[in-house]
Amino acid sequence: MADPMKIRAKLEGDVLDVRVLMAHPMETGQRKDAAGNLVPLHFIQTITAQLNGKPVFEAETSQAISRNPVFGFKVKGAKAGDKLSITWTDNKGDKRTDETTVGSG
Amino acid sequence: MIRTLALCAAAAVAAAAHVPPAAAQSKPPAVERDATTAEFEKFRAVLEADNPAELFEANGAELWKTPRGPKNASLERCDLGLGPGVVKGAYVQLPRYFADTGKVMDAEQRIVHCMVTLQGFDAAALARQPFSNETRTPDPVAITTFVAGQSRGMKIAPPQTHPQERATYAIGREIFFYRAGGYDFSCASCHGEDGKRIRTQQLPNFTRADEAIRSYQGWPGYRMTGGVMHTLQWRLWDCFRQQRFPEPGYVSDSLTALLTYLAVNARDQVYKGPGIKR
Repeated sequence: MADPMKIRAKLEGDVLDVRVLMAHPMETGQRKDAAGNLVPLHFIQTITAQLNGKPVFEAETSQAISRNPVFGFKVKGAKAGDKLSITWTDNKGDKRTDETTVGSG
Repeated sequence: MIRTLALCAAAAVAAAAHVPPAAAQSKPPAVERDATTAEFEKFRAVLEADNPAELFEANGAELWKTPRGPKNASLERCDLGLGPGVVKGAYVQLPRYFADTGKVMDAEQRIVHCMVTLQGFDAAALARQPFSNETRTPDPVAITTFVAGQSRGMKIAPPQTHPQERATYAIGREIFFYRAGGYDFSCASCHGEDGKRIRTQQLPNFTRADEAIRSYQGWPGYRMTGGVMHTLQWRLWDCFRQQRFPEPGYVSDSLTALLTYLAVNARDQVYKGPGIKR
């Protein structure tokens, strides 16, 4: 599995403010390495989030997103103790899932 | 050239008494910040909230405790100056004198020393590709980022009690003011006066205590250009390149001297941990 994500989830009332830092090379397929060879396309294709097993966020993303990106979104109806799980998949079939438990904010 | 200079300076200070650091007695007037600079600083503050440097800090933490190398040992017995395995607070108390090597060493130099002596890694191999690129982050860079993170929020406090620590400071100051290369630049050409700027980068005056912190603050830093993690070893190498100087040796003593000069000048300022750069 790829390197772990860093998830920050801050509860404000019942709105969960999520920011997740993902480790990924995010190659556009247009960059050339030091030897002059094209580095192949390698990017995160989907990002999904689940709260207590229920899908709350889905995104299809492209190679336009920067390396080691930070993704932010808000989820309504969250409370302390909820389990937040985030998964990304990339175009090479690699994937990564990380979880966190929502604190009392 | 640098080595000859270092020997001359060492001989000169060997006979000299304690050399006081550059901190002024009375506080000089604060450097003016124009509106553009203020906006850039606000932008930087927002970026610092979620810094990819944290990913490298986490990698470094793993590398610290994992048994690796020909000796299959971890770095948990590495002495960064506060005792074997003590990482918290070590970064801000470097560079310092180490009895086991008989010299003053900076953070990355000491980490490489531990990788070589405790784990059996080859120093020459580490020096061959010491800096990060888009596809690879060298282990010393991740480990230095981890170690630096463990001094987050602490005051810069490199010791100046040992005579060699004071001598190293003096050598660092000599190097800082030494003009050379095709442009006849010294570090002081850009960083020795108030109010200087290159394009959009305001140049801090590292001879002032309140500005010297800006040489240390934010390093190790995640550079968005290329998405790479860089330490002060890279930053000083890049300074030498910008001055059209010969390349400094990776973790060489001349860089230790420069780092000592900068760290001592920045004494008592709070270090905020690994940062993020453009």
